[in-house]
Amino acid sequence: MTEKLVVIGAGMASGRMLEHLFEANPGAFEVTLFGAEPRGNYNRIMLSPVLAGEKTFDEIVTHDAEWYAANHVTCRFGETVTRIDRKQKIVSSAQGDLAYDKLVIATGSAPFIIPVAGKDLPGVMAFRDLDDVNAMVEAAGKPNAKAVVIGGGLLGLEAAAALRGRGMDVVVLHLMGHLMERQLDPAAGYLLRKELEGRGIKVHTKAQTKAVLGDSRAEAVLLEDGTVYPADIVVMAVGIRPETRIATDAGLYVERGIVVNDQMVSSDPDILAVGECVEHDNICYGLVAPLYDMARVAAKTLLKQDAAFRPVETATQLKVTGVNLYSAGDFAEAEDREEIVLRDASAGVYKRLVLKENRILGAVLYGETGDGGWFFDMLRKGTDVSRMRDTLIFGQAYQGGAPLDPMAAVAALPDDAEICGCNGVCKGTIVSAITGKGLTSLDDVRAHTKASNSCGTCTGLVEQLMTLTLGDTYNPAAVTPMCGCSDLGHDDVRRLIKAKKLKTIPAVMQELEWKTSCGCAKCRPALNYYLVADWPDEYADDYQSRFINERVHANIQKDGTYSVVPRMWGGVTSSAELRAIADVVDKFSIPTVKVTGGQRIDMLGIRKEDLPAVWADLGKAGFVSGHAYAKGLRTVKTCVGSDWCRFGTQDSTGLGIRIEKFMWGSWTPAKVKMAVSGCPRNCAEATCKDVGVICVDSGFEIHFAGAAGLDIKGTEKLGLVKTEDEALEVIVALVQMYREQARYLERIYKWAKRIGYDEVRRQILDDAGKRKAYFERFVFSQKFAQVDPWSERVSGKDKHEFKPMAQIGFKEAAE
Amino acid sequence: MNAINETWFAIGSLDDIPRRGARCVRNGNMTIAVFRSADDRVFALEDRCPHRNGPLSQGIVHDGCVTCPLHNWVISLETGMAQGADEGSTAVFPIKVEAGRVLISLRPAVEKAA
Repeated sequence: MTEKLVVIGAGMASGRMLEHLFEANPGAFEVTLFGAEPRGNYNRIMLSPVLAGEKTFDEIVTHDAEWYAANHVTCRFGETVTRIDRKQKIVSSAQGDLAYDKLVIATGSAPFIIPVAGKDLPGVMAFRDLDDVNAMVEAAGKPNAKAVVIGGGLLGLEAAAALRGRGMDVVVLHLMGHLMERQLDPAAGYLLRKELEGRGIKVHTKAQTKAVLGDSRAEAVLLEDGTVYPADIVVMAVGIRPETRIATDAGLYVERGIVVNDQMVSSDPDILAVGECVEHDNICYGLVAPLYDMARVAAKTLLKQDAAFRPVETATQLKVTGVNLYSAGDFAEAEDREEIVLRDASAGVYKRLVLKENRILGAVLYGETGDGGWFFDMLRKGTDVSRMRDTLIFGQAYQGGAPLDPMAAVAALPDDAEICGCNGVCKGTIVSAITGKGLTSLDDVRAHTKASNSCGTCTGLVEQLMTLTLGDTYNPAAVTPMCGCSDLGHDDVRRLIKAKKLKTIPAVMQELEWKTSCGCAKCRPALNYYLVADWPDEYADDYQSRFINERVHANIQKDGTYSVVPRMWGGVTSSAELRAIADVVDKFSIPTVKVTGGQRIDMLGIRKEDLPAVWADLGKAGFVSGHAYAKGLRTVKTCVGSDWCRFGTQDSTGLGIRIEKFMWGSWTPAKVKMAVSGCPRNCAEATCKDVGVICVDSGFEIHFAGAAGLDIKGTEKLGLVKTEDEALEVIVALVQMYREQARYLERIYKWAKRIGYDEVRRQILDDAGKRKAYFERFVFSQKFAQVDPWSERVSGKDKHEFKPMAQIGFKEAAE
Repeated sequence: MNAINETWFAIGSLDDIPRRGARCVRNGNMTIAVFRSADDRVFALEDRCPHRNGPLSQGIVHDGCVTCPLHNWVISLETGMAQGADEGSTAVFPIKVEAGRVLISLRPAVEKAA
């Protein structure tokens, strides 16, 4: 008979426990899961990147509704269990009673709120769940918003850095003498403080909070020393305490946390507890690795298998982008301890090892953390380091003669060395999964082992392991097949298309021995682009191989509506254009109008059926498609240049418009964004674009290979030319070279880095013959590409795309 | 189950649907995506990806599957099941071609997992 399992708390520990349970024996229990938050399990460690805007909440969801459904978990989210009746084995909530055979308490922890006056004012918050994050993001959206973060530990600093990144004025108050005193020694704390101050965060140590001031909401924080910091929000991140109320009320044995034995069983044999609410051997845990261990043990206990929780040392990393920090073990000073320190002030590197009797007790690394895993491994094993003491601090690369490369360092790690700290995955597990299950990609390894699946800081190590294990078959730098449909890489496919004169997608698939009948969503758009680029006059564009945005010439939004961005040449507009846009917005009740980063106007929330009519009206005012949806030329941003600006050296607006009018409509491997600035003050931000121009007195500096998206990278300087005509020729030739050589979806900065900046300079600047040939091939291809797709569709092209095929029944008659 | 009479609705001709493409059919508040494969087979799915409700009709059609335009989930046209490591499914409707006419039944052949 299936036993009834009730789980209170839908966090990371109980989520992991359920995963283990379902994996081992899917039918063993009928599971009901209560969660106080109105949502399922998500990766709470990643709330910091969500707050920083580096990830979305969707990306950190661990279990979605489908997962719960597939495992037949009855979810009762947003519902608090109020009572446990241990005699009758029943839990109660506001919705009624529920019987259990086994109960797991995983209520986690509650943030500790310092008991000062004003702590309950609106605007005072913790940093614990998504609601806190949303509240902080909202506060950060107001102009000149100020935040005071109380607590200079891991969580507080991640919050502070993220809020600062969102533009808030941030003050960190910390009770102790230096930041993160539980993980860092004063020297590393100082480096960290300097880094944060460099980002504009004010740090106040030895700060005793006296009160939060304000009438109806938080307005400021008052310290014991009389300092007052104004604040729109006050984030308390001073620590957590186990959430044990329900267990206490039920009469379970509770000290600081719910006391459990090695099997995670509480003082009641039918009640287990896991996670931050637990106390094991007088210790409460807050880092994820031991919680996952508890989850594994609890699942085994529930399945009546032997297992015991054996806490191990864990290491800590701070998740603040751009700060490398690693600490593990115990690094307090004592008489019988020795230390080895390496400081490199200019590089901002600090490393400290604490030794006792030739064994590592603790390690603090700042600035350069690559050897963290190696030190940590020796720390856990109590390795005798006397033989390598002299060079120990320089890391694994310096042991045994010549410096080793990182690959050899990973090879030298023993099988039980921990690679992924979050999920407690060791080298041996990863290697045997790769060989045993035939895994060939990083995603496969993540799916099967969970390594690199939580905070992601070990991704490099995992990739090195894959290279080691798979040898030449896994070499991220070597040829990766385009997709599962072919063994050929992008470069080979491009080369063969030219060499064999392949001019249709079926011809490519036939000649190059595609393994599928009609490709997939990865290779078809790529092939379509390669053929468009290589045979502009002969190839007939394959409409069904284009991504929806390029098929309907608008940008699909998350609700299936579209956004429309007309071209505004060089970012210049007029009253007539603005009036036409206003009329379209009113006529079609367009819900959102937004100014884009590329100096034009986006109309969002347009129904697909309305697109042709919207375009027709825009077309009457002279607008053409802005290709905001295209792997093609997007915008050319400009500043007002010598027309208006007292610093302008050249007509940057005019040049920008000229470039845009020359190049619009061209398809490229990935989007191309450009800018022209009229002087080195660079108001058009040309130095983070795919191609940028900085005007100077003596001519035009051409820049390329910048990025300001997933990666941030300043441009490389291509060279200086004297006239506008030369500037246009160089830019066009550069883009054509990119069109002919790059892999589909590869931005200019990645392509240029791959083939070498000097190679680009050599072909485009130094070799006038090559430059002219590129230029002419671009001009030729524009003859076929420069057609406004909107006016084509207003005249009836692809009209099946914009209306339903049929309507069955009536709207009212919906069942 | 077989006792229930199937009602077939004619929704147009096969030529109305592009090869390796899709058209939409509205039924009350529901949209059904009707697909045509490279080899002229037809399929009907509710026009909602099990992941984030993306309109599958707007995706790229390839080898018996469609790739959702929002986050690239790959859904089988035949079963409505998500492929690869993703889990979930969307409702499938019986559909057939008779004498060039496309006919659809509104009783889902495969219910979406609850």
